[in-house]
This record gives sequence, structure tokens and C-alpha cells, in this order.
Amino acid sequence: MSPESAQALAQQDNPLTEGLERLPVPPTALVIFGATGDLAKRKLLPALYNLAHEGALPERFALIGISRSASSDDEFRDIARESITSFSRRPPDKDVLEALLGRMRYLGFSFDDADGYPQLAEALEAADEEAGQPLNRCYYLSTAPEFFGLIPQRLEAARLHRHEKVDVRLIVEKPFGTDLESARHLQSTISKAFRESQIYRIDHYLGKETVQNMLAFRFANYMFEPVWNRNFIDHVQITAAEEIGIGTRAGYYERAGALRDLVQNHMLQLLTLLCMEPPVSFEADKVRDEKVKVLQAITPFSEAQVSERTARAQYTNGVVAGEDVPGYAQEDGVPDDSRTETYAALRLEVTNWRWAGVPICLRTGKRLARKLTEIAVQLKPVPHMAFREEGSVGVVPNQLVITLQPDEGVSLKLGAKIPGSKMLIRPVTMEFHYGTSFLSQSPEAYERLIIDAMRGEATLFTRNDEVDAQWSIIDPILAAWGRGEATKGEYEAGSQGPKEADGLLGPGRRWRRL
Amino acid sequence: MAAAVTIAEESEEVWSAQDTTPGEIERALLELLATRHKQSGAVAPARVLNLVVIVDRRYRGEVENRLLQVGRFHPSRTVLCAVDHRRRKLDAWASMAVELEGELSIARERVEVDVGEHHLSKLDTIVAPLVVPDLATLVWAPHGHAEAVDALREMAQIVLVDTLDDDVELALQRVGSLLESMYVVDLAWLRSTPWRERVAAAFDPPQHRAELRNISAVSVRHRADSVAPAALFVGWLASRLGWRAGGLLRRGDDLVGKAKARRGDVQVTLTPVDVTTKGLGGVTIETHSGTSISLDRSTGGLREVRKAKDGACRELTVLGASRGEGGILGEGVRQALLRDRTYRPALGQALTMVSR
Repeated sequence: MSPESAQALAQQDNPLTEGLERLPVPPTALVIFGATGDLAKRKLLPALYNLAHEGALPERFALIGISRSASSDDEFRDIARESITSFSRRPPDKDVLEALLGRMRYLGFSFDDADGYPQLAEALEAADEEAGQPLNRCYYLSTAPEFFGLIPQRLEAARLHRHEKVDVRLIVEKPFGTDLESARHLQSTISKAFRESQIYRIDHYLGKETVQNMLAFRFANYMFEPVWNRNFIDHVQITAAEEIGIGTRAGYYERAGALRDLVQNHMLQLLTLLCMEPPVSFEADKVRDEKVKVLQAITPFSEAQVSERTARAQYTNGVVAGEDVPGYAQEDGVPDDSRTETYAALRLEVTNWRWAGVPICLRTGKRLARKLTEIAVQLKPVPHMAFREEGSVGVVPNQLVITLQPDEGVSLKLGAKIPGSKMLIRPVTMEFHYGTSFLSQSPEAYERLIIDAMRGEATLFTRNDEVDAQWSIIDPILAAWGRGEATKGEYEAGSQGPKEADGLLGPGRRWRRL
Repeated sequence: MAAAVTIAEESEEVWSAQDTTPGEIERALLELLATRHKQSGAVAPARVLNLVVIVDRRYRGEVENRLLQVGRFHPSRTVLCAVDHRRRKLDAWASMAVELEGELSIARERVEVDVGEHHLSKLDTIVAPLVVPDLATLVWAPHGHAEAVDALREMAQIVLVDTLDDDVELALQRVGSLLESMYVVDLAWLRSTPWRERVAAAFDPPQHRAELRNISAVSVRHRADSVAPAALFVGWLASRLGWRAGGLLRRGDDLVGKAKARRGDVQVTLTPVDVTTKGLGGVTIETHSGTSISLDRSTGGLREVRKAKDGACRELTVLGASRGEGGILGEGVRQALLRDRTYRPALGQALTMVSR
């Protein structure tokens, strides 16, 4: 074969991949910074095992774990074995597990220690040598956020941020900054070493099947499109409620609070998927372009608007699942005078042609009545109540609810006649539950995200301008709250949330019961 | 006719009747759902797929065990027709199992009907009232019963087959015939999926992709009963790469032949080997330039040996666990909702190879 024709074929699509669901993943060395941390143990290592179990990892794959503690390869493998056995969604196959562990190496150094990075370079070269070819590099920052800027700098200093023959990618966990300024500073720091196309910012909500299903729900069903706008939708409620407290995360949570922890990232992502225009195609940038437009159409609050359109509160002691639980200020590691909000609610408006005037209300909180993540779209009431009669609940507006946790599904509330001689109407609910069909044991979000990052598929990762737009919305609220401009309320643990949030939705509207 | 509803356990209700009719079974299913709703308004039978299974009554337990192993890819409603040669009348059982998860409940419906051989040619009249209308219906007859499958051709859109058969040519021809009116999911094809994925991945790096035009020989090692997956694998390569497969001849235990490619003939060898798992045991692809890649079952996955032009060999393990027959069947159920456009061309090439 001539060099020209060989080159031409190399540039063509691989004809053998047609029809395959699982596309080839390039040979990769995955480097996890923070490899013995909670996220790695609970999510990343089990996700890697499940990918290995299904034959989804590339044949040339190496995992290099890095943490501050000095441990041997074997000690790290023991940690990995235990975390996979404890947290994998399927019981591990012994042979596959041991073979995967055999691909793992461990380096113990402090992330700020420049002397550690040459060790990493050596380990990567050794992995290349063993594979017989250079491996793509994926650096996964599963560390405390203060290292998100530092590690890329150190990688650059060690000339590990680029490679002339293979792709080098950086996966960054959330939170990406703590406000607009810090996010921009972090971006500026990272972008000195890595191009935007190399950076994969994780928001693990985007890896969830149901979140991806929202795109299918909206853009594969024509019946919803005619009503998906300000003419038919009265308001939207996006809820992310948890019944658990902060557990052992007091240190992180005390600095973050509910607004940073869930609203800035996950909840605004859900909002964008709900409100975005149909993308031209499902290529990464086409989808992300549309999402950014939604965020940019949300006008950041003025100081006065923060008071009117937001609510924050902290839980006090109460009862959850029949057990007495302490208030936030009494939790281990939380100062008595903490002002951190464990509940946040806001009323946003997407000021574009489709959504202008539709309140989009977000609420999240710890120690609420139950765990629930859902999007409820309430349609406007019918224009003429012909059926109102004594003795019936009457006609209530249609409500479409997309549930993400704990059950994944969609329900539609409709008005129906109560059997009998009178025309009495009551709401009934039509429910579709994903678990009833094929997804009762969905892959973990991290499995999808890790493999996408290794393949260079960026659709489910957050682009820099999205992060910037998210913080632009959140920043004025944080600033005002920091100045004490919004009343800080309280709510009893196990309750529906603070009364301060009740007025946010506007006259005649109320939060759905948790 | 005698019928009874009993609560077998908290999560499952069972109805049964002897000498019954499809209409009565249909009414019983509605009654089971209504009963469930009375107990819990949250029972929400979202449905995606009907599965109609036709089995020899003697081996019903074996098939039921396989169905229990399909895991998360379960059908919404299963209608199992157990064929008892001398039976003249219908006996039936219907059950609705509910898995309580959170506040919503998942309902799975199952109907078993004992039918006689004389029912098979008109099985559609028995099964049609028992499937959920407007859903895709998948038919699976693991013990043959071609007559019953043919009776359901109008009603069902998809048929699940396993071309793992003593007479591969007949099995593949039968699939060719079924493809005229139905979408076919072939378990033998699904057994070759990991191999196809791995071969695709092996040639995916740009520096290796050019070698696809240069293939000189393909050897497939397979369990003795698995000629079909081996032929389908070669058929897949041939159809994807534009080869024209020729007939295979027996040489010792092997089947050997050639496929015509643009750059010359490709030597094809199918060799039976001693492996416990149905399907393929190994694959070797060689090129005119002297390179080769071999994949073989090994501990913890597939062992990949790649030989370079200079004869240097590099060995790797591609991690992965066997899906087992339960996993293969589950994948077959899932595939009923997908459309794999590469199967039909691969089948055409495979049929050419095994035709006598």
C-alpha cells in the first residue's frame, strides 16, 4: 500500500465500528490525584472496575493513583480492592478485579511538591513502555478544590501538560471556584497550562441517565414542544432535597453552603436542559452553546432583587425518620455561630422569547422531609372552568414532573371524571417509571463520564463559559447574603423547609410537598 | 372452567385457571392490575416490550431459569406458551410481581399458557389478546417450534433466535427467511460482540487502520457447537471491509475457505477448540505485511498478542468478564429495541460460507 493510500484510509472512519454501541477508547493512562480520598473510593475506583468488567476499558490502560500519604503499590491496591468490593454496583469478578489491580500504581507525594512530578513523569513513561506505545494522559483532579489550580501548574512545570504524540486531558471535579472571581482566577490559572479543549469539568448530574433522558424527553417527543413556552407554562419548580445532614463534610459545607453546593452547578444545569432550545445536533459544542444561551438570558439580581427573590435558612434540631437529629449548628465541626445556609431557594427568570415572565424556582436543602430531586412544570389553568361543581376537587392545572431521585421517571397530572352521574373532576396521575422497563440498575454517572473523557467526548462536561455564566447568576446573591441582606431563616429538621421560601413563587402558587 | 385468585406473597399475585380462554386470561390481567391499584395507587406499569416465549413443556423450568437471569433488561410482559403435545385445552397462570422501590412500584406481568401442538399453527389467536397492545413484541422459541413462530409473524415485530445449531446452513437460512418480515436478534451474533468490539478497537488507531486493507488471513477458534458465531464473525469482517466470501470446505476438523478482497484473497479458517463457553474461543487476523493480532479467552479477559513486522510480539490482557448465558439473553431482550444494521450483511456473507 502506498503511503498516500495508507494515510487516506487512516483518515477515514473505522468501518468496523459501524453498528457497535461501545466505541473504541484510545489507550490511556488515567492519573487520579486524590486516589485514596472519599470520591475515589466510593465512586471512581468502583466505576473503573465496572468499566473493566464490561470490557469497556482500552486494552492498554494504566491507572496511577496519587495521594499525599506514603504507601506502596500493594497498599494502594488493597485500598482499591476494598473500595471496589464495598461500593461496586455489581459483585466483582475476582479475575477481572485482580487484573485491574495489576494495572494500578501508586505515588505518594504532596500535590504542591514539585519534586513529586518527575516521579509521575517516570511512571507515565514506564506505562508507555509497558504498553509499547505512548498512552493518552487523563489527569483526574479528585482533590480538595485548593489544588485545582496548583496541580495544572505543577504538571506544566514538569512538562506533563502536553505530549507531541498523544492527547492530554484534565478532568476537574466540582466546585470550579467559590465565586465568579475565584472561578475566573482558577480558569486563568488552568488555561495557562491547558487549552479549553483539554479541560473536562465534571458535573456528575450530567452523567445520570435521567438527566440525559431529559434531552430525549424534550427533543424526541413532538407533543411537548407546542406547550413548552411562556404561553402555556405557569411556572417551574426545581427541587433537590435531602433528608440527610452534612455528615462528616462540615469543613467543606461550612465554607460552601447550599447555594454553592448544589444550586450553582447541578440545579442550574437542570435548568439549562429544561429551558434550552433544540440544538442543531448533539455534538458537544452545539449542545453547550444552547445551554450557555439560557444561562446568559438569566439577568443577575440587583441587591433589591436578592431580598425579594431568594431565601436562605439553616436547619434546627428536629425529627427525621422517627429519630431526633441535631440542628446544623450542633453538628460536629460546625461553629455555634455559623451563618452558613443549609437551605436556599430562588426565583429566576429566563428573559428570552420562550420563557420571559415564567418564574423558574429552585430550592435545595439538607435535612428536609425526604430525599427528592425533581423538576415540576406547572401549566396554566384552563381558561374557562366549565366543570367546577360542588363536591369535587375541581380542575387543577396540568403538572408534568420529571423525577431524578430517588426514582427516575415522569408523571403527568391530568383532570379526569369521577365515575358517577355528575360531571365531577379530580386530578389523576399518569406515571412512567424508567425502572419498569430497562434501567433498574443504571450505570453509575461516573462510568459514563470517565469513559467519555477518555474518548474526548465533551458533551456531558461543563464548558468554561457555562461556569462563568453560572457564577454570574450566583455571585450577586452570595455577595448580598454575605452582607446579610437576605433574612436568614430557620427550619426544623425533617420539615418542608423555611416559611421564608413560601412567598417566592408568587401569588396563588405554592411549593410542591416533599 | 375453574379459576382462582390467590395472593402468593406480598409482592406477587397469581391467577390461574384450567380449560380457559384468551379472553378470560386478558380479563384476569386487568383484574390483577386493578387489585394492585387498590392496594397501592402507585403501581405504575410503564411498559416497553412484550416477550412471547414458546417452549417444550418438559423443559419449561430450564427456560424460566434463564429468564430469571436476564437482570435489568427484563421484558414488561412475558407470555410463556408451554407446548404439551397431547393437550387439547388451555390452562393458564397469570401473575403480577411488584418490586417496591421508594414510593413507586415496578410491576412485571407474566402469563403462562399450556397449549397443545395443534394450537401452534394458530397461536396468534391465543397470544394476541395477551400482549400489551402498541408495544414491540419479541418472540423467542428456544426449542424450535418454527410453526408457532411463523404463526406470530404478523403480530410480532422481532424474533429472538440462536443460530447455534447442528445444521448451521439451515439455521442461517431460516434467519434469512425470518428477516423478510421481522427484525432478528441472534444470540449467536451477540456472543461475538466483545470480539467485534475488540477487533474494531485493535484497528482503530490511525497507524493500524490502514492495515484493514491488508488482511491476508482470518482464523477463528470456536467451541465445537459454535460454527455460526464464527461464520458470522468472518461475515461481519467481510461485509464491513468489502470482501466477497466464498464457500468453506472441511479439512480435518477445520472449515477452510477464502474471501476475495481488493488486494487478494483472504484465507479463512474456522477451528473447533475445547472451550467451556458457547461462542468464540479466539481470533487471529494476519496481514500481508507480516503483522498479526490474536485474541484468546484468558483469565480476567481476553489475551491480546500483537505481532509486528519485525516479528516482535507484545502481549496484553483486555479486561472483561463473561456475561454468561443469562447476560447474553438479557442483551438479546435489550437489542430487541435497537436496530443493528450490520447483522444482515454479515449473515449474507456467513450464509455464502456455510452453503453446501
